[in-house]
Amino acid sequence: MDIQQIHGVLLERFGEAAVGAAPHQATDPWIQVAPEAIVAVSRFLHDDPRMLFHHLNDLCGVDYLEPDAKKAAKFGHEPHVEVVYHLSSLKLRQQLKLKVSVPRWKDGIAGQLPVVPSVSSVWGIANWHEREAYDLVGIWFEGHPNLRRILCPEDWTGHALRKDYEFPLEYHGVRGR
Amino acid sequence: MSLVIEDPRVVEFDVQTDEMLVNMGPQHPSTHGVLRLLLRTDGEIVHECTPHIGYLHRCAEKIGENLSPPQYIPYTDRMDYLAAMNMNLGFSLTVEKLTKTKVPARGAHLRVLIAELGRIASHLVGMGAYGLDLGTFSPFLYAFREREIILDLFEEACGARLTYSYLTIGGLTHDLPEEIEIPDGLASLTGRRAGERYPFLEVLEMFLQWLEPRIWEYHTLLTRNAIFIKRTAGLGILSPEMAVSYGCTGPVLRGSGVDFDLRRDGEAIYTDMYKGYEYEIPVAPFADAPREAVVGDNWCRFYVRMMEVVQSIRLVRQAIKKYQSTPGVVRENFKLGAKLPKDEVYLETECPRGQMGFYLVGNGEGNPLRLRAKSSSFCNLSVTDRICEGVPLADVPAIVGSLDIVMGEIDR
Repeated sequence: MDIQQIHGVLLERFGEAAVGAAPHQATDPWIQVAPEAIVAVSRFLHDDPRMLFHHLNDLCGVDYLEPDAKKAAKFGHEPHVEVVYHLSSLKLRQQLKLKVSVPRWKDGIAGQLPVVPSVSSVWGIANWHEREAYDLVGIWFEGHPNLRRILCPEDWTGHALRKDYEFPLEYHGVRGR
Repeated sequence: MSLVIEDPRVVEFDVQTDEMLVNMGPQHPSTHGVLRLLLRTDGEIVHECTPHIGYLHRCAEKIGENLSPPQYIPYTDRMDYLAAMNMNLGFSLTVEKLTKTKVPARGAHLRVLIAELGRIASHLVGMGAYGLDLGTFSPFLYAFREREIILDLFEEACGARLTYSYLTIGGLTHDLPEEIEIPDGLASLTGRRAGERYPFLEVLEMFLQWLEPRIWEYHTLLTRNAIFIKRTAGLGILSPEMAVSYGCTGPVLRGSGVDFDLRRDGEAIYTDMYKGYEYEIPVAPFADAPREAVVGDNWCRFYVRMMEVVQSIRLVRQAIKKYQSTPGVVRENFKLGAKLPKDEVYLETECPRGQMGFYLVGNGEGNPLRLRAKSSSFCNLSVTDRICEGVPLADVPAIVGSLDIVMGEIDR
């Protein structure tokens, strides 16, 4: 099935509010999924005999922000954070890309992490990928069994892949710059 | 001093065998680098095994956001440093997919040649180091003797022995040298005088001819060794369902009996390189496996790697022929300051340790907006806490070693 057909099936089952009117066209086209629908859509894509997306290749967060005020006008994206899911089916040899978009901070309060439901109940590997996305991009995955930092130490502050991340000047007596 | 204990419960408490937390690593020699395993043990039995990673974390993804793709190539070397050529290839292909750069045919054949040699070198380390984990030293020495010659050849080709940056965007930095001095190791092994000069491809063919029968010697030395079979067969069994759910790839996935290899099943930009090549993809179960072996155990994962070396030798031989018969240049020019289009691509390639993926988001500037490196060892390692449950403590290195992880790639 190509992405148009997959989107058609999803549209019929979940509605336009959940999966958008049409897939986004790009070199790798993707389907934009509403945050609250991501677990149900993932579960369906995993279980449905036409889909069988048993393999989660990658899950990562992307921060869209241009911290430089001069360049911000040309940036072309509203400030937001995306979670990108790359799925593939080893049996049916098909691939799919999903995206979930959330504001950079929950309720617009700086420091309040945006919330995305966790898909770790669908794919085992999502557990570690979500921990990494939480650690580096700063996304809170609701329903994750063990959402701790994975690459940085537990007492690290900030999320390094945020565009406005400030490099720490000092960590436990080690000078940063 | 009298030893009268009035409360009998105290005695009971004294002899009770408590669960104990054991820290294995980050400096333990059999954890392949700075991996820390936190083991909850009851006597000899491991109840829980929690990997702690990040000791080598450099946030290579953040560095990538501040560099243009050609400048980032050396950083990919330092991810999986045992198969740096394959990492260069994966990243270069991703940028080529984004910028729609075409690689000349001669360059594509040379890439196959180099990448498969890199796979042989990496699997030789995998074999040798796995022997070390299980307490046998000699296969390690043999593996490094062979790997040394490959590194010598790479040094003649590009000047570096570990971090090559040879495969670059648009092809390779330069063509192979015409004539080289035969590497000292190969000269002494094949009875030639050191310092004699031969054409590069002749030296390579000399090496392959010498290596091929050695693979079967390693099987008698290690793979068919009774102790080795006792330590690996039937242990650390990873079911195909769990392997797929935990994102395991490469030899770990094929050792569990899932027939999937990106060289055959991947995206067109990658599989086109391997079109016209003849090779097999070794997948468990094996007809010649020992009786004790089960699909998905340590032995099968190890054997997949060994069989892949044989297939890689076949591929290198074919690549030599195709490379020789294709004239032209090996690189399409890619401008250093070229602007990346407003597009995003994801591409996975079959590295020796599994499917290494790069996700690149361009935004009309020279530097990417986001560069994500999805590590294959990272996913392979995530399954340890599931397959190490209830095994004796001494089997933990055998199981972790069979996943053949490289910490530089996991921590990035």
